[in-house]
Amino acid sequence: MQSSSKNPTSIWQTLFGHPVRAFGVVSLLLLISLAIAPAKNHFSEWRHFQKQYLSLIRTRGDAVTLQRHFHDGIQQIWLPQLGVVDRCTTCHVGLKEASLADISTQPFRRHPVIPHTSEQFGCVMCHRGQGAATTVEEAHSSTLAWEQPILPARFVQSSCGQCHRAALAGTPQLNSGRSLLTRYGCVHCHTIKLADGSAIKPTDDPPSLEHIADKTTREWIYAWLKDPQAYAVTATMPNFKLSDPDARDISAFLISNSTSIPGDTEAAKDSKAPDLTAGASLYGESFCASCHAVQNAAGNVVGGDVGPELTRIGNKARPEWLRAWLRNPRVYDAGTAMPHYRFTDQQVSLLAGFLGNKTDSDLLANVHLDAPTPEQIAHGKLLVTEYGCASCHEVNGIKKPDNFAPELTRIGSKPLPQIIFLPGMQHTLPDYISTKIRQPRSFGSALKMPQYTLAPAQIDALTTALLSLTDRAHDLPLALSVPTQPASTYQPAGKAGQLMADMACFTCHAINGRGGDMAPDLTWEGTSVQRPWLQAFLKNPGTLRPALIRRMPRFNLSDSEVTELADYIMTVYQTPAFERDAMPSSGYPPAQVEQGRQLFYSKYACQSCHIIDTKVDKGYIGPTLTQVGSRLNAAWIYHWLKDPQAMRPGATEPNRNMSDEDARALTAYLMTLKGSSKLEAKK
Amino acid sequence: MKRCFLTIFVAPLILVCAGCTHKPAPASALKPTAFGAALVESSGGKQFGATGMTLAQPVVVQVNDEQGTAVAGALVELSGPPGVSFDPQSGLTDSSGQLTANVQLGGLAGRYQLAARTFTKNQKPVELKIEEIALGYQQQVGFQLDDKYCARCHNPESSAERVSNFDNLEVKPHPFTEGDTLNKMSDADLTAIIGHGGPALNKSALMPPYGYTLSKTEIEALIAYIRLISDPPYHAAGMVYAQK
Repeated sequence: MQSSSKNPTSIWQTLFGHPVRAFGVVSLLLLISLAIAPAKNHFSEWRHFQKQYLSLIRTRGDAVTLQRHFHDGIQQIWLPQLGVVDRCTTCHVGLKEASLADISTQPFRRHPVIPHTSEQFGCVMCHRGQGAATTVEEAHSSTLAWEQPILPARFVQSSCGQCHRAALAGTPQLNSGRSLLTRYGCVHCHTIKLADGSAIKPTDDPPSLEHIADKTTREWIYAWLKDPQAYAVTATMPNFKLSDPDARDISAFLISNSTSIPGDTEAAKDSKAPDLTAGASLYGESFCASCHAVQNAAGNVVGGDVGPELTRIGNKARPEWLRAWLRNPRVYDAGTAMPHYRFTDQQVSLLAGFLGNKTDSDLLANVHLDAPTPEQIAHGKLLVTEYGCASCHEVNGIKKPDNFAPELTRIGSKPLPQIIFLPGMQHTLPDYISTKIRQPRSFGSALKMPQYTLAPAQIDALTTALLSLTDRAHDLPLALSVPTQPASTYQPAGKAGQLMADMACFTCHAINGRGGDMAPDLTWEGTSVQRPWLQAFLKNPGTLRPALIRRMPRFNLSDSEVTELADYIMTVYQTPAFERDAMPSSGYPPAQVEQGRQLFYSKYACQSCHIIDTKVDKGYIGPTLTQVGSRLNAAWIYHWLKDPQAMRPGATEPNRNMSDEDARALTAYLMTLKGSSKLEAKK
Repeated sequence: MKRCFLTIFVAPLILVCAGCTHKPAPASALKPTAFGAALVESSGGKQFGATGMTLAQPVVVQVNDEQGTAVAGALVELSGPPGVSFDPQSGLTDSSGQLTANVQLGGLAGRYQLAARTFTKNQKPVELKIEEIALGYQQQVGFQLDDKYCARCHNPESSAERVSNFDNLEVKPHPFTEGDTLNKMSDADLTAIIGHGGPALNKSALMPPYGYTLSKTEIEALIAYIRLISDPPYHAAGMVYAQK
């Protein structure tokens, strides 16, 4: 007070008084400000967690080991090549401690066992969030500095999909999401490009609508458009939520726009009532159910999902068309997965009668459509163009639109400011994507995206697959990406090739990487089997694996067709791995045969899966071996026994690490099992 | 002056306190129109899901009265350990007396004990326990291997697609859920019998060796899966996540 009165003009003195006191005050301020940083550090969140961890492990049996593994201070994983700077392990200290399996409180949980380590890939590669942050809020949540919050656990498999393009055993959700993307036709409208520049291709085959008037009625089209799942619960066609007049106009356009195929309208010659029992047994004998499902009285859908569900096929298919289709499906649709069965006219009538009887009287009961006006047809055409029907189906006079819907190549990294959220929705990408799939039209009534009928688990799976399409997936070093096998375009040549296309062999069998997995891979079938057996089997396929419900149907092939196919298979489908004729098909010494028999029943206990003596053996898993000596080639048996997976990748039979001598003895024994069909084959 | 102080400071304080203590409206504003006496599980229990994922099948529970007939309009509440969520969490039973809810399991692999609850006329709670199993990455791999190599013999149940080989075997294999037997075997024992076949432990040769077909990691994954699904539970495998 005194000093300020002495020199009132000095601001310095007005504020602080005597210079000595002023010096003291400023020094104190400086000291305090210097203390702020260490104090902030001392009271930081991560230190708190580390202290908690130390007190948690103190009482445990292996405290010393755990303490030795523990490192004080901020921990960091730095992977410049991947752009990863992760400090997550600062708080998540027990990630690698196997003995902490019983701890369920975060952040001290042990990380579940996975094939990668955090040193290889860091944390944010899989979990997202802000790796460099050292507070929970900044690391986990969406903040001003960081848009990508932690990925909820249920979508974490999406991260595997950033590098792994092929299906992984440990990521069923991602695998199923990816197959839904192609099977439900999402990629017909939305382009999805992969890091290598290729686009994901759809695996469904929506029918062409060019000749639809041959196949079905306008009433059925109307009912189908209004609610596809009312016709077939397994239908993958989505509901476009069309108004009655819109559905009326589209059906009018499609019918009037259709061109006819000669033969489709040919009426049945006999008009007697269908023999349903005989039709049902022909349906069973032809193994139609391997591909087509039918909903039974209990509401369960039973059968395969390669072809469409047939529960109400009688409501849909015109009888004349059904007959033409059964006679030869390739006339109506050259690329169909359905084989050409070569049915006799009588068989065609039986099956057509049986299928035509599968109707639901309620389905079309309330559909009454008047003859269409030209305006309605024109409006229908406009709607078909607007809704992008031609993205999936071929329609006469309308071209497949390019990029009909937004591209989804990098949807997994879509910036949040670009997204319009619904009120009440969480502002995160996973929530946006799953809501968009669940209720696409809720984002705006003018949107065209149709409503799919998907279970919650399927929506999660689809969201997972879409979340894997991130910027990272595209920008990662190529060496890190694990590509899928490129799709094989293998095409057998010549007349046999045409025959195989006609019978749609590739729907069930794979050869050289192309084809289905319902039936055995035939890449080396020529090495594997004996010709007489192959010919007899093609003519009339018998049962090889008694436990299987899906079996090879009989295609009613002519003798010349059988010869053609057998020639081709025996010549072309030969493995280069060994000499086919290296071992004889008979004439093995009885002692060796007996040794093989004992090995079969005692040491290797093959009877747990295979049957040789139908009275004693009961093994149901592998093929029956009663006539294996006239079915398989000796050298093939020998090499198969040595290493089944080398002969057919993915074979279920375990590799027994058999000695050469054991394998030879077993081959000798198996080759003596000629069965009763030996005589037949000789004929 | 004092009165003024009171009005300025105390009144807002009371207001703030009142605001804080005000509980949010009860989650279920649903009024049950009927009451049952028992709660039974119709379907959806004992499923194998993946951690954090929605189960493939919804959980369906049914409310019955004393005579065992279904009761419509009864209130059912679902609860589970932290991390589990239900859609819907609670609801009234439909005309067939059932409530259907989708369940999303927590982020850790293990068994999840869920509970469904309804009330009798006298407001007495009736509870039903439902158990679900969440498979982590390793168990998921094990599950796939089981399906491909083991289930045909070790699972006595046949499906429409596949006939079980269990009944055909002279020496019956142990189903993987048979905790009474399998829990007594150490991980080393299981590794030996999977890798070298039954004779490795003086058991039947009908069990072939898979050591030349499966990798070490695959066998570990298979064991992790077997440990998780065994009933009664295998204790060293991990926590049982239950409500406190």
